[in-house]
Amino acid sequence: MTTDLIFKLLKSCFGQKVMEINLNDQPRSIEITSQENRELFTFLRDNNQLYFDMLSSITGIDNGPEVNTMELIYNLYSIPFDSHLMVKIKLEDRESPIAPTVSDIWKTANWHEREIFDLLGIRFEGHPDLRRILLPSDWEGHPLRKDDVLQKRYHGIKVDY
Amino acid sequence: MDTQYTYHPDHLKNSESIHTSLTSLKRGEMIFNIGPQHPSTHGVLRLEVVTDGEIVKKVIPHIGYLHRCFEKHAESMPFNQIIPYVDRMDYMSAMNSEHTYAMGVERMLGITDQIPKRVEYIRVLVAELNRIASHFVAIGTYGLDIGAFTPFLWLMRDREHILRLLEWTCGARMLYNYVWIGGLYYDLPLQFEDRCAEFSAYLKPKLEHLETLLITNKIFIERTAKVGVLPLELAINYGVTGPMLRASGLKYDLRRVDGYSVYPELDFDIPIGTGAQGTVGDCWDRTYVRMQECSESLKIIDQCLVKLTNELKRDKEFNPRDLVPKKIRPKAGDYYVRAENPKGELGFFFRTDGRSDIPVRCKARGCSFVNLSVLPEISKGVMISDLIAIVGSLDLVLGEVDR
Repeated sequence: MTTDLIFKLLKSCFGQKVMEINLNDQPRSIEITSQENRELFTFLRDNNQLYFDMLSSITGIDNGPEVNTMELIYNLYSIPFDSHLMVKIKLEDRESPIAPTVSDIWKTANWHEREIFDLLGIRFEGHPDLRRILLPSDWEGHPLRKDDVLQKRYHGIKVDY
Repeated sequence: MDTQYTYHPDHLKNSESIHTSLTSLKRGEMIFNIGPQHPSTHGVLRLEVVTDGEIVKKVIPHIGYLHRCFEKHAESMPFNQIIPYVDRMDYMSAMNSEHTYAMGVERMLGITDQIPKRVEYIRVLVAELNRIASHFVAIGTYGLDIGAFTPFLWLMRDREHILRLLEWTCGARMLYNYVWIGGLYYDLPLQFEDRCAEFSAYLKPKLEHLETLLITNKIFIERTAKVGVLPLELAINYGVTGPMLRASGLKYDLRRVDGYSVYPELDFDIPIGTGAQGTVGDCWDRTYVRMQECSESLKIIDQCLVKLTNELKRDKEFNPRDLVPKKIRPKAGDYYVRAENPKGELGFFFRTDGRSDIPVRCKARGCSFVNLSVLPEISKGVMISDLIAIVGSLDLVLGEVDR
């Protein structure tokens, strides 16, 4: 199914929750609302025309203090239909960003979401075990945020060399 | 002394704490740590294991000891300068990672169709050589993990030939920076094709020896068959890819599925796990799939060599750097590119703004990272010695897990 058709199908089922389609991206992307979208993700996985059974990756992006938003990008792939889909979510509250977890829909999301929490500070509502994964537990700040200031010292070691 | 570590007894506790609370332990249970410095964890991986006697109740992997801030570095570097960092992610198969990365940037620039065939064939040739080297380390160290020492020495001996061939192409043994965006660092050295063909002929019987020495060895089968079974549905839900997914019985290889580069022109099979010695998706299947893939890679190498010595013959006029762009400035947009690494699907997500040759965001989706995340699921209720066998069969490279 082409992305246009997927977009139409989602639009007919979820209405306002599905916002726009972007044709410049590779694979083409669909932007959806950040609120209560778990049903939509479950639909993407379970619908027998879509069947996006593989979540390849989740990327978090900080757009910086001027734009004042964060983004989550889900790269989905359907093994039986050999189709790709990029799903985007915009998080308006940059200071304490929060998004619903998809770790019970695709279990692989568990670690991807932990990584995003670790590096960007986005919290995932309903995540079973949200703690740092790459950085040490007592690290301060989230380094991929554009306005993150490195701590001066970590255990007595100068951080900024 | 500006960089002196100051000792405090709580530092270790705070930075790398134990996740399981001591009060939640039942009678007879205990926590112990494997790693981060332990030969069977294949790098700096720490496993927090809750056991009852010899039985593993729970495994919690702790990673991040080799985190080198790839994504943060990539925010401040032009596309072409990121390649050496990509090498250092999966240092066992740097050529494959480079190939994926270069392909992604070329796709963004829209120059994929212009890349000369000779360049593409050389890329596939070196990537497949590197794939064999990576699988050799995987199988060799796996044998080492469960007590077979000789296969490791044999495989390291043969891997050395590959490393020397690759060293000949670009000067480096492990971290090559050979595949450039739009081309290659250099053309193949003179007579490389002959030496490579000799090597291919040399290696074929060695793979048969390996099969008798390790794969069909009774002790090896006893240790690995029916151990760490990964059902297909679970594997897909956990995003597991590469030989691990294929061992679970799905014929899914991105070289075929996506058909990138010149792979559609090449003839090779995709081995899958059949459960010949036990259950589909056990540790034995995973190792056997890797071993069969080495033979398939040799097939690809032979076909590449035929092409590179006949219709795409070496030419004085040919310069593999002809198409290397001076300025790499892709159109604004988001891109996801993926390719088959020896360990699975390596993906890169790029966001570009169309105004600079530095990516706004470059995220790497490491296959080892995702493959490791399934470990707690498949190692519940096994013996500790089996846990070691399972960790070995995942074929982790911690450089890519932590990035």
